[in-house]
Amino acid sequence: MADPASDPSRFDIAVLGAGPAGVGAAVTAAWAGARVLVIDEAPQTGGQVYRALPEGITLAPGVRSLEAAEGARQRAELEASGAQLVTDHRVWMVSEGFRIEALGPQGPAKWQADRLIAATGTHERVVPFPGWTLPGVLGLAATTILMKSQRMAPGRRVLVAGCGPLLAYVAAGLGKIGAQVVGVADLAGPADWARALPRMLARPDLMARGAGWVAQIAARRVPYLPRHHVLRAEPGADDALRVTLARIGRDGRPGPERLIEADALAVGHGLVPGTELTRLLRAAHDWRPERGGWIARRDTEFRTSVPGLYLVGDGGGISGAAAAWHQGRVAGLAAARAAGIGDAQILSDRITLERRALRAAEGFGRAMSAIMAPRAPLYAAIPADTPVCRCEDVTRAEIEAAVAAGATEVNQVKHWTRCGMGPCQGRMCGEAAAEIVAAKQGASRVQAGLWTGRAPLRPVPLADLAGDFDYADIPIPKPAPL
Amino acid sequence: MAKAYLREGKEVHRVPVSFRLNGAQVSGFAGESVAAALGALGLTTLRHAPRSGDARGAFCLMGVCQECLCRIDGARREACRTPLRAGMEVETLG
Ligand SMILES: Cc1cc2nc3c(=O)[nH]c(=O)nc-3n(C[C@H](O)[C@@H](O)[C@H](O)COP(=O)(O)OP(=O)(O)OC[C@H]3O[C@@H](n4cnc5c(N)ncnc54)[C@H](O)[C@@H]3O)c2cc1C
Ligand code: FES
Repeated sequence: MADPASDPSRFDIAVLGAGPAGVGAAVTAAWAGARVLVIDEAPQTGGQVYRALPEGITLAPGVRSLEAAEGARQRAELEASGAQLVTDHRVWMVSEGFRIEALGPQGPAKWQADRLIAATGTHERVVPFPGWTLPGVLGLAATTILMKSQRMAPGRRVLVAGCGPLLAYVAAGLGKIGAQVVGVADLAGPADWARALPRMLARPDLMARGAGWVAQIAARRVPYLPRHHVLRAEPGADDALRVTLARIGRDGRPGPERLIEADALAVGHGLVPGTELTRLLRAAHDWRPERGGWIARRDTEFRTSVPGLYLVGDGGGISGAAAAWHQGRVAGLAAARAAGIGDAQILSDRITLERRALRAAEGFGRAMSAIMAPRAPLYAAIPADTPVCRCEDVTRAEIEAAVAAGATEVNQVKHWTRCGMGPCQGRMCGEAAAEIVAAKQGASRVQAGLWTGRAPLRPVPLADLAGDFDYADIPIPKPAPL
Repeated sequence: MAKAYLREGKEVHRVPVSFRLNGAQVSGFAGESVAAALGALGLTTLRHAPRSGDARGAFCLMGVCQECLCRIDGARREACRTPLRAGMEVETLG
């Protein structure tokens, strides 16, 4: 047998995802002496929050955001750590004993690791409304990607809507790029923000940044609409969008309508922890709406119920970028110690130190998470003929018909209606579909269930896996057994 | 169709490149995502929904929604995750 220590595809610890959580984990695990591999599908580390500019786009000297500085700092720390970094590789399969399979620009790649730290982050929640599928309507978090890694706005006049801290961040950033923000429609009202305040005060630095965005918006005289929701978007004159909004009353009902014209609508209702990997490996999950939805159960060292599998960052419940970094650092140390690498006492002492920093960061992140938690009245307001599943064009009425015909949980609904069976694998519709299934039966989200995890973890063209780089198709996962 | 994306002008240096879009010679900037380059050209409808036939465009920009799938240099790729290069052949999938 080959010596495992000399096998270049074998590692003590693999980290999936190189956002702040993954980089934090890789850095401390490598520091402890472990052989560490970090994999990400992006061309550079940083994850969603510290996305770097692509090669070819550069900024004038002296122009640099706080995030760019933190991203560069983490990148340098990773480089110095000795962990092996593989970018541009999308992991599509992980099986027991942690065999990891990915697809990169040169084709398939495989590795094996004794321990796996999942740091795969989140995707965006957008509660469907009529017109959410129109070109020109895009996610709020999606817009941050356009701003950060492309230095673009989705149009000249942009309406920003939804909830959470990204509203102010996007509105301020679009203004800087030169777009006109024609309104910020916030689902939350002053009372919601006041409730979040005490926990936000634990991180005055992050508070100050938020206040800075709000000041920039105010300076540009952007109309701020508290407790407003988008009722519908329609194609307007001259390729613009006509967006109808209303103030949501205390009873959850919309008040008088208000029409705003815009070139683009950036809308998002929070973030959903990515559970693809933990579902695939059959870890135990809990329904934690205040943390973003379904999340894999973890202990204080971020171990899941699957031996050797750790979960850190927002994929384990929304806590924000600062907390993601410290969670990663704790898990990296804990995984190394569990592997018998390094001095257990020194590692334990460091874990204690990391925890202290984590606590302050987590308080802030959780306050933000609560502001972005799923809101049942929004789902209740989805009209019957609105497509919920973008891939397969399945409407609310069709989902409800499946429930009326006897489906009790989301996997049956998927099988009967094709909702969630398309190329996005239910990431865009999953939350709304489950809310509708639960509401229709008067059942809980726990009873409505969650999609059974299946490979591929993220869509990959089948032909690429076969080594055939010609016309490629997206594999459609098999329906779940009934 | 919606309005074109807007590039930040000041303080950003970009390198222009030309590429082919549905057979026509067009231009964008090296390294930007194909989805962003098409958006800046005003091409925001990237496909049509299978059942309703409704126009669709880039939505998540992070490789999740699959609304931006295009044929790029002969293979189906997520336009939002594919950096633009000179001479690329991009076709929308209808
Ligand atoms: C689109 C988007 C934009 C956001 N913008 C901001 C922002 O501007 N400011 C802010 O404070 N928070 C933002 N957030 C919130 C975000 O969750 C941050 O809190 C932070 O990025 C979380 O760090 P993380 O390391 O847990 O995950 P992420 O930063 O999301 O990192 C996860 C990484 O895993 C990789 N990955 C996932 N699955 C695979 C796979 N199968 N194969 C290979 N690689 C994979 C991803 O490419 C990504 O780099 C954003 C979230 C999203 C979804
Ligand atoms: S825009 Fe969603 S995958 Fe590209």
